[in-house]
Amino acid sequence: MEVTNSMKLEIPSRSVNEGFARSAVACFVCHLDPTLDELEDLKAAVSEAVTNCIVHAYPDGIGIITVRARLFSDNSVEISIRDRGRGIEDVAKAREPMFTTGGDDRSGMGFTIMESFTDTLSVRSRPGRGTCVTMRKRISVRAGQR
Amino acid sequence: MDLDMTITERKMTVRILGELDHHAARCMIRRIEEFIDAHLPRDCVLDMAGLTFMDSSGIAVILRTQKRMNEIGGRTWVENVPPQPMRVLDASGIDRIIRITSQN
Repeated sequence: MEVTNSMKLEIPSRSVNEGFARSAVACFVCHLDPTLDELEDLKAAVSEAVTNCIVHAYPDGIGIITVRARLFSDNSVEISIRDRGRGIEDVAKAREPMFTTGGDDRSGMGFTIMESFTDTLSVRSRPGRGTCVTMRKRISVRAGQR
Repeated sequence: MDLDMTITERKMTVRILGELDHHAARCMIRRIEEFIDAHLPRDCVLDMAGLTFMDSSGIAVILRTQKRMNEIGGRTWVENVPPQPMRVLDASGIDRIIRITSQN
């Protein structure tokens, strides 16, 4: 499958950048002519992943979050969100609904939302080295397109 | 994000406007709890009609509000949820523990 376009965004882990990251990805994905629902779901998934970096990867300071997106010829998008932060000891546990180490202003539903709103989600993490979340979603080809 | 909070005959209405993410949620939770503590309402309605984006941070706002209202013996529900926030709430299964109605 051919990569038709790609982008890379590096942002410091400040919460004000959550909105910027999801909007930037949404703008980029617009090339695939997604429905509003598809676009909103991707924005929510990106928001969850970036928030995880801010809350969990760099709890005591500011680090770099790298957001990459690639568009493919089959009208799918792959989005990866990587940090060089604390890492996750137990990825399976972290992905369980309602599990959080983030305090009571977090719901523990971040990974559940990412899973619900994308086709595939993979999480690679090494304690002390960082985490990379990769999501993939096929955008529907609408009647009359192409 | 903006919050508009009013109280009429011990019924508190919280209108959440704009985008509700982690950045907005931390300040929002504090303001809602301060308002509850100041007015001790019997009912609290979270009106989501003005919400343009929500991620799972919104779930935490709802649950924290419900927890504080439970502590003072009050009731909480969520009204007028637009389609995108509704999909987030549906995915979370939170409707099993709090009454939620979508936007007409």
